[in-house]
Amino acid sequence: MSSFFSRVRAGLAKTAAQIRDRLTDRGDRAAESTPDAGGARTATSLSEIEDALVGADVGLPATERILLAVKTAGGTGALRDRVGDEIRRVFAGAPPPLDNGTRPRVVLIVGVNGTGKTTSVGKLANLFKQQGHSVLICAADTFRAAAVEQLAVWAERADVDVIRAQHGADPASVVHDAAVAAKARQRDILLIDTAGRLHTRANLMAELDKIRRVVSREIPGAPHEVLLVLDATVGQNGLVQAREFMSVGGVNGLILTKLDGTAKGGVAVAIAHELKLPIRFIGVGEAIDDLVPFDADDYVKALFTDQW
Amino acid sequence: MFDSLSNRLQGVFKSLRGETRLTEATVDAALREIRLALLEADVNFRVVKAFVDRVREKAIDQEVLRSLTPGQQVVRIVRDEMLAMFGTAAGGLTPASRTPRVILMLGLQGSGKTTTTAKLARWLTKQGKHPLVVSTDVRRPAAIEQLSVLARQLSVRVHEPAGEMDPVTRAAGALALAKNSGFDTLIVDTAGRLHIDDELMQELAAIRSAVDPTDLLYVADAMTGQDAVKSAGEFHRQMTVTGVVLTKTDGDARGGAALSVVGVVGVPIAFVGSGERPEDLEPFQAERLVSRVLGMGDVLSLIERAEAAMDDESRAKMAEKKDFNDFSLEDFRDQLRTIKKMGPLEQVLGMIPGMGGLKQLNEQRANMDPKQLDRVEAIINSMTPGERRNHAVLNGSRRKRIARGSGTKVEDVNRVLKQFVEMRKMLKTMGAMTSGRGGRQKLMQMLRGR
Ligand SMILES: Nc1nc2c(ncn2[C@@H]2O[C@H](COP(=O)(O)OP(=O)(O)OP(=O)(O)O)[C@@H](O)[C@H]2O)c(=O)[nH]1
Ligand SMILES: Nc1nc2c(ncn2[C@@H]2O[C@H](COP(=O)(O)OP(=O)(O)O)[C@@H](O)[C@H]2O)c(=O)[nH]1
Ligand SMILES: [Mg+2]
Ligand SMILES: [Mg+2]
Repeated sequence: MSSFFSRVRAGLAKTAAQIRDRLTDRGDRAAESTPDAGGARTATSLSEIEDALVGADVGLPATERILLAVKTAGGTGALRDRVGDEIRRVFAGAPPPLDNGTRPRVVLIVGVNGTGKTTSVGKLANLFKQQGHSVLICAADTFRAAAVEQLAVWAERADVDVIRAQHGADPASVVHDAAVAAKARQRDILLIDTAGRLHTRANLMAELDKIRRVVSREIPGAPHEVLLVLDATVGQNGLVQAREFMSVGGVNGLILTKLDGTAKGGVAVAIAHELKLPIRFIGVGEAIDDLVPFDADDYVKALFTDQW
Repeated sequence: MFDSLSNRLQGVFKSLRGETRLTEATVDAALREIRLALLEADVNFRVVKAFVDRVREKAIDQEVLRSLTPGQQVVRIVRDEMLAMFGTAAGGLTPASRTPRVILMLGLQGSGKTTTTAKLARWLTKQGKHPLVVSTDVRRPAAIEQLSVLARQLSVRVHEPAGEMDPVTRAAGALALAKNSGFDTLIVDTAGRLHIDDELMQELAAIRSAVDPTDLLYVADAMTGQDAVKSAGEFHRQMTVTGVVLTKTDGDARGGAALSVVGVVGVPIAFVGSGERPEDLEPFQAERLVSRVLGMGDVLSLIERAEAAMDDESRAKMAEKKDFNDFSLEDFRDQLRTIKKMGPLEQVLGMIPGMGGLKQLNEQRANMDPKQLDRVEAIINSMTPGERRNHAVLNGSRRKRIARGSGTKVEDVNRVLKQFVEMRKMLKTMGAMTSGRGGRQKLMQMLRGR
């Protein structure tokens, strides 16, 4: 499988050239980084890297922590590489949850509205199937118009069956049915799509808690993975989302979607730093195979590549 | 959580009380904090730089108004500059230049275009218009169905040519139908797309040519970060956006992206989306967003909702209260009854300045259900009228009696009293804002840090 980085590069090559000169930042940046004397040069590139990180939504606090760590550690080599190493260390400090072999393994997909949950469920079903697992999908978004129909199309594309209920039904009861069915049909993995919800809505967060309780009653230890879907375009609110979904929803990993755009999803670095949540998968397009396991090296490279 | 800008600045200016002119040093110290506050709020870092430079130019050497501290003066300049960026135009749609009015919705994937299409149709219907809607999203599974379901719910006509999978043909067909059947507005929903996806951007241009829209509304998610300038800028460059809709403002994102978008697009925000339901759409109000970006809470929304829910009698009662020193537990009970009518409590609380960030509130949030409000009411009902009017008399034995009378625990009574005292404090700072017209002025004074 081609790496995320090369895919993104390939996709961008055609547009990058035409867009490059459009934004004035290029000129500014070049002027800024003109080296004067020895010391000034370091300062300039430090502020350049700070801009790159802040501009990628890493956020000021995490950016400062990273730069401080790099400065204290000292070392040789280009500053940018040392910062990259530090970010890789941040990700290494947030390991993914282990698969303890329980079957069915329950993967619950959560997040705020419109981030790419349903699409990711479709892509994950496909990925797991390709890896040789048998999959069942549960359509627990009974709220949004045509959400079930949307998921049903993805299930068909991935050739996986789906447990669904009437629009407006209690999501926890669909989840219950799906858990029972996953056991009866001896599936390896049960994937649950949920409605988008803002972390500030207590009643909707309580609903999530209910879903968790219901599924754990049927399958001890479930949900084994709760993946928060973050849109790469999200800003500092992503950190707040992660914190809330972690404490109420038991999130233990991230899916970072829409990385095929120009956004970098840098808030995931802050999240890995502060909450030790690993990025598990990244979304790089709208097709079914546009989901790939996260690779820290690729990500760090992309973080510093100015696509514009 | 985020500190409000005025809190940040208080520290900077503690030592500068007597200054009569904003010196360079003063302004620079303030601007450092302003820069941080804006970055925290997701304003694009280049927009921040430009903005801060402009404020600096304006502020240096300005005379400090006698009634303000230097810090307040800087906040005021920041606020005024930001308001200027959002323009003076009121939100909503300008009168249509021709009939049918054609509104084209555009934006990234998942930003809220389809939902906003339905919301707008509802809003227009309420204005006495006859909108027709059409989906041209043949890509996202069940996107056409999504719009049809929403339109049906709202009894809005939707153009649904069965089996037609060409976006341009769908749009053109809808326009013909609108003209022939006397619809005064056509809203064209489109598939979400990346601004760097040439093929799909060309498709969008083709749809535009087919329907020649009067309005091109760029739908942006309020939670967007630094990328907002790139996406909005590129959509605008290729499509010439005429207005912006900022969605998902019902969350707790500070919404700095709005500033970035308006900064690059240069057109005002027309509407904000504040929830998933079709009624959750409001014409844009710059003051609200500015106070939000600056961390002042969405006070005005709160007031409006409170006003809508408050019955006339209690509103009159509130209006009488000048300084809120006589705000009693009886008034508190009235307020709770109002709040119960105002809809999702956590949504309301999130709008109160400072409340969104209160840690203990977060912990309590799960318990903040209507039942909890009933319990509070029961506690207040178990007090004597004298106690309700003067909570200071509530000593330990009285509290025990009240707990017994209301079937609660003394801790519950204590908690209610604490909440009451907090609310009273808050109301005092908010001034008599609930009393209609003068309220806005008062609020503005508060935003200036007084
Ligand atoms: N370019 C791009 N688009 C994506 C990606 N993932 C999802 N999308 C698109 O984003 C939009 C929203 O995706 P959904 O899967 O419906 O998102 P959701 O989180 O289920 O949305 P709600 O259930 O409405 O909250 C759709 O148009 C998807 O095609 C991605 O990795 N790249
Ligand atoms: N909380 C909240 N959710 C919204 C708002 N506007 C849209 N949404 C939700 O965001 C998601 C994506 O919206 P949709 O209209 O399908 O986006 P589109 O892909 O741009 O057409 C859906 O779950 C909507 O219910 C809003 O103002 N607030
Ligand atoms: Mg969905
Ligand atoms: Mg749509």
